[in-house]
Amino acid sequence: MSAFLKLLARNRLALAGGVVLSVVVLLAIITPLLPLADPNVTNTAARFTKPFSEGALLGTDHLGRDLLSRLMWGTRLSLAVGFAAAVVAATLGAAIGIIAGYYGGRTDNLIMRGVDLLMAFPYILLALAIVAALGPGLFNALIAVAAVNVPFFARNIRGITVGIAHKEFVDAAKLAGLTHRQIILKEILPNVVPVIVIAMSTTIGWMILETAGLSFLGLGSQPPQADLGSMLGEARSAMIANPHTSVVPGVMILIIVMSINLLGDGVRDALDPRLKSGALSRPMAATRVERSGDIPETEGKGLLELQNLQTQFHVGNRIYKAVGGVSLNVEKGECLGIIGESGSGKSVTALSVMGLVASPPGVITGGAVRYEGEDLVGAPYGRLRDMRGRNVAYIFQDPLATLHPLYRVGDQLIEAIRAHRPISEAEGRTKAIELLKSVRIPNPEKRVSDYPHEMSGGMRQRVGIAMALANDPDVIIADEPTTALDVTVQAQILSLLDELRRSRGLAIVFITHDFGVVAQLCDRVAVMYGGRIVEEGPTTDILDRPAHPYTARLMACVPELGGGKRRLEAIPGLPPAVDRLPQGCAFAARCDRVQESCQAADVPLGGEGLHAVRCLFPFTSPQEAAE
Amino acid sequence: MTYALKLTDLSKTFPVGRRLFGKPKASVKAVQPLSLTVAKGETLGIVGESGCGKSTLARMLVGLLEPTTGEIEIDGEALDNADPAAFGKRIQYVFQDPISSLNPRRTIRQIMESPLIHLHGMDKAARDKRIKEIFDSVNLRHEFLDRYPHEFSGGQAQRIGIARALAAEAKTLILDEPVSALDVSVQAQVLNLLADLKTELDLTYLFISHDLAVVEAVSDRIAVLYFGSVVEVGPAEEVFANPRHPYTRLLAESAPVVGRALSAPEAKESELPDPLNPPSGCAFAARCPNAQAKCREMAPELTDHGAAQVACFFPVGAD
Repeated sequence: MSAFLKLLARNRLALAGGVVLSVVVLLAIITPLLPLADPNVTNTAARFTKPFSEGALLGTDHLGRDLLSRLMWGTRLSLAVGFAAAVVAATLGAAIGIIAGYYGGRTDNLIMRGVDLLMAFPYILLALAIVAALGPGLFNALIAVAAVNVPFFARNIRGITVGIAHKEFVDAAKLAGLTHRQIILKEILPNVVPVIVIAMSTTIGWMILETAGLSFLGLGSQPPQADLGSMLGEARSAMIANPHTSVVPGVMILIIVMSINLLGDGVRDALDPRLKSGALSRPMAATRVERSGDIPETEGKGLLELQNLQTQFHVGNRIYKAVGGVSLNVEKGECLGIIGESGSGKSVTALSVMGLVASPPGVITGGAVRYEGEDLVGAPYGRLRDMRGRNVAYIFQDPLATLHPLYRVGDQLIEAIRAHRPISEAEGRTKAIELLKSVRIPNPEKRVSDYPHEMSGGMRQRVGIAMALANDPDVIIADEPTTALDVTVQAQILSLLDELRRSRGLAIVFITHDFGVVAQLCDRVAVMYGGRIVEEGPTTDILDRPAHPYTARLMACVPELGGGKRRLEAIPGLPPAVDRLPQGCAFAARCDRVQESCQAADVPLGGEGLHAVRCLFPFTSPQEAAE
Repeated sequence: MTYALKLTDLSKTFPVGRRLFGKPKASVKAVQPLSLTVAKGETLGIVGESGCGKSTLARMLVGLLEPTTGEIEIDGEALDNADPAAFGKRIQYVFQDPISSLNPRRTIRQIMESPLIHLHGMDKAARDKRIKEIFDSVNLRHEFLDRYPHEFSGGQAQRIGIARALAAEAKTLILDEPVSALDVSVQAQVLNLLADLKTELDLTYLFISHDLAVVEAVSDRIAVLYFGSVVEVGPAEEVFANPRHPYTRLLAESAPVVGRALSAPEAKESELPDPLNPPSGCAFAARCPNAQAKCREMAPELTDHGAAQVACFFPVGAD
């Protein structure tokens, strides 16, 4: 709650609206206590007194009634009616929306068609019709205004409810024996309330205007009772000769509606989870770079070389060291596997290569990424953009999220090519078909004009690979490209990638959490933990003789096909949070070989030959690691 | 012998293109009539790829979906009314996504109390005692009870999900991909916890997963689902080591295994049959290397082959 108020107060306009509205509401509440003239006593002798005259601060109206007093009582009434209408509309609308959304099917269909029917009438005509049927009067105006706003709430809330009703926790509640009524009240309503509040805060001003409109037409409050609309209506005939009688209620309506709308927008922004998670902040075109210290000299190792790369996320005053000094390299035609659990920094390492980590909050704080010796960290955006896709291309985990749902796959392939070189439509199409053929999509001439949703998951991932190949890159970075796929499809995609790297001499950086995949595809593998590499070397070497306790235990806790029913060797505890990394070895807290020196100081990456390990007490024989 | 779970000709057909009045335009058979039994204390693994109907089957078993045909018997008693509350005391469900299966606006205590209040009508003191017992058995600290779901990691949330399922005191648990959203090191913790609970509380599991190695590691028997039907069911140590159905063999050969060379067991693009227009014979015939004319005309039934049952006219290794 206090976080909500803080967010709200940060929005200056909302804060101003809130202050103004509070003053108005406070004045309206204490009106009966104020020393005001009776608002309904007429004194025709003193009609149309100008404002600021003695005894009538805001003047008098056509019957000589004190305008200040009428304004205060009128504001009180208008606010009360508007607020009551909003509450009634929200309650009814939310009830209708929740019932339609929760039960779905025919109930939903009938209710929502009825709501559509109501929305088909212009709102003011509908309100007029309702008042005409019920007869004029403030209470009937309230009913009319509430009724015309019910559909707005019903539609809004129904949409939200449909999403919630299909969540697994609703199924769990059913299994816990809750009745439909209990599920609606206990499980769904608490999740819908913020939406109701948002909808109310943005419509209450509108409802005050509508009530004023009906009163203006003489269908709302009846004389001599004052509300803002009827005051305007009565002043209409004297608008030219005595404008102050119209200006006074007019300005009050303006103040109320403006302040409510500003506050309402602020409430919406502060409550809406999508806006809170930063959907409104636009990431920069390339990751921010703030390197301190020396930039390492190139060692000329491999086509793509990462040297002591450090990428952090700065959120508020917390610093997440997602990548804490990673050095890697990959040769032409080589496949390097990066293995690790979530939060180990493997994906951030990959995205840092082409400056694709979202900024804010991402910052590259040190090290270098060299492509044929050229440092890409801090390279101008134009240069990075030129290289993205042409030199280094990416394949992501979920092809459904990376392909645009509204464009045909062929057009998306052509667009990827056109980003780097001009190409005619016909030529592009030929090239797109050729690309689809190269990733073994059957019937590519027909498939080229498919939309992504017309393809299966495996086919979409093939299109993702075709797009990565579109500009003949030298390096492909594949971030868990088969995790979302079924095993039979995974086998096909893996063998496709393997064949492509052999026929085209591609360098592949393959990120995964699956040792089986690494074993089959990769020449070398790097194991990451807590943002750093803990072990690196030739794949067979690491799989046969893991030296780091984490690697050994990670391999042991993954069941392998053909092992039969058995107990798994779980690693107790959780990986460390990268904003609170411990001193020394990050794995120490979960390691059963831990000694005091492990947590004393930073453990360097050591080892002999090609097999590097970041451990003070590594396993020296495979027998030892297996125990 | 009474079974923990006995399914007879259970099937589910979904209408497609529903109209306001009158019949729907078409229908999709998500689960073909299938019969299965699970003995008390057994773990039956169910594997299959996306779209094979394994989640639909699971949701029918706990009453979240009403079956189109067939019967579900739990502990020898038929449950023909699709009322989740009636199912709840006998069979419970552990969901795939641990976070979204917990209501974000309720505390863990409120979540845990629900089944105790609504299924067992316990009073406050009895509930507190029972919740503490359950939390001890799934290795969760009592102080977690007053926190909200978003404060937990995936592994902890899944333990809470398991604790909630245990609170109903059902003897049979449906585990729907319970570890596929978890990291491998946490996955092993949860699998071991499930194994311990099973021995301690004498539970029966139906373990659904797409991960062959995980299913093999936890199951006594395994059923392989393809396009809504069981194509093979047999002892866990045999199904993948010695597959009889060509589809099971394809699955076993596709799984990435350390020390086996990379190969695509199936060269051409594999597509599931169109559910709106299912093939007349065996659903796997179009992908099957052994398919013959007979396969495309009539669908094979499950028949005994040694310890396993296979739905294939020309099973692997029979000739």
